[in-house]
Amino acid sequence: MSLYQVQKLIYQLNRDPRTRERYAAERDSVLGEYELTGEEKAALAQPDIGLLYVLGVNGQLLMHFAALHKIEWNDYLERMRQGLKTHGQVREGVYASTGYEGVEAHDARLKAEREKR
Amino acid sequence: MPLVYCGACSHAPGITARAERADTQTRQALHKALFKMGDDIRATRPDALVVVAAEHFANFFMNNMPAFAIGMADSYEGPIEDEAFLRIKHTRVPGNKALSKKLIEGVMQTVDVAYAEEWKFDHGIAVPLNFLTPNYDLPIIPANINCQGPPLTPLKRAWAFGEALRAAADALPERIALVATGGISHWPATPDSGKINAEWDREFLGRWARNDRDALLSYTDAEIYRDGGQGGFEIRTFIAAAAAGKGARGTIEFCEPVPVFAVSCTVARMQIAG
Repeated sequence: MSLYQVQKLIYQLNRDPRTRERYAAERDSVLGEYELTGEEKAALAQPDIGLLYVLGVNGQLLMHFAALHKIEWNDYLERMRQGLKTHGQVREGVYASTGYEGVEAHDARLKAEREKR
Repeated sequence: MPLVYCGACSHAPGITARAERADTQTRQALHKALFKMGDDIRATRPDALVVVAAEHFANFFMNNMPAFAIGMADSYEGPIEDEAFLRIKHTRVPGNKALSKKLIEGVMQTVDVAYAEEWKFDHGIAVPLNFLTPNYDLPIIPANINCQGPPLTPLKRAWAFGEALRAAADALPERIALVATGGISHWPATPDSGKINAEWDREFLGRWARNDRDALLSYTDAEIYRDGGQGGFEIRTFIAAAAAGKGARGTIEFCEPVPVFAVSCTVARMQIAG
């Protein structure tokens, strides 16, 4: 388990255009520069957003890694939900899932409350 | 000059990234409140705006995480986020290195702060500036409190940082404005994104508006995580602004939960004597 290394690579990708260019051109070589397990390497390369979430990648890093791969916001959220179904609860870090009714139901509830006011 | 402006506002990326998905009336009211905050800041004729943010790994990482940092450069770049995602154009924002240095020297008298001659803005600063200084014509001094990578900066130290910023600003001849940015309760970038504990937010903002130091500092991180989520750790920036208010009371100018923006969108001001 080397969550720190997974996050470090995503951090560099998010902030450094040159790392992004290298990652696009020679991904395996960039992955090789970090101490990653086979599972982590595969999750990054695919990318398996759901598994990366379950491994404990901080959401503030992961959402940008998803955007880098042109994964749209709702799709990003859905991939994390699927990750929880496939791999179980988040294994490390503070980005665990605690349950939520969802934006649509929440919006409808707030709208009803606004109309009552 | 005594600090000329002190306030706090949200910085949620959804505010720009997913703007059209919010209820139109609520979005317009939020924009109005944020633009008014910008007007209010300009009305105090500041020489620089200190933005106390909770950054999200744009500059600082777990290899060398400062509890506090202040930027010290003549310009900053950002946002680091994908333009298509955040919908804010990548740009250079003016800073003021000499003024930063003086401010940092003042803060350092009581709080050990890291300085940074390079600083890339992320949504924590870029989203507020998009409304407050859309022409990027006011020098910015970015400041950061570690709200991301545990162990986090203790709340009482966030308070001390706010006091130190106030004392340092007051001692300068320049006119300094300060805005803290962050969310109150939120579960950002998780499958629970959109969940908001509006009651907890109101309680927190009540303590903030009363500038009740003991009540603001009484939260434990376990309580914050339980009731306000991992995003709730960002109350540290609001706490620093309360301390910078130096006993002033605050006004909550706007506060509405907006699930698709993932927070109770907030605009608040400390009524300091300008």
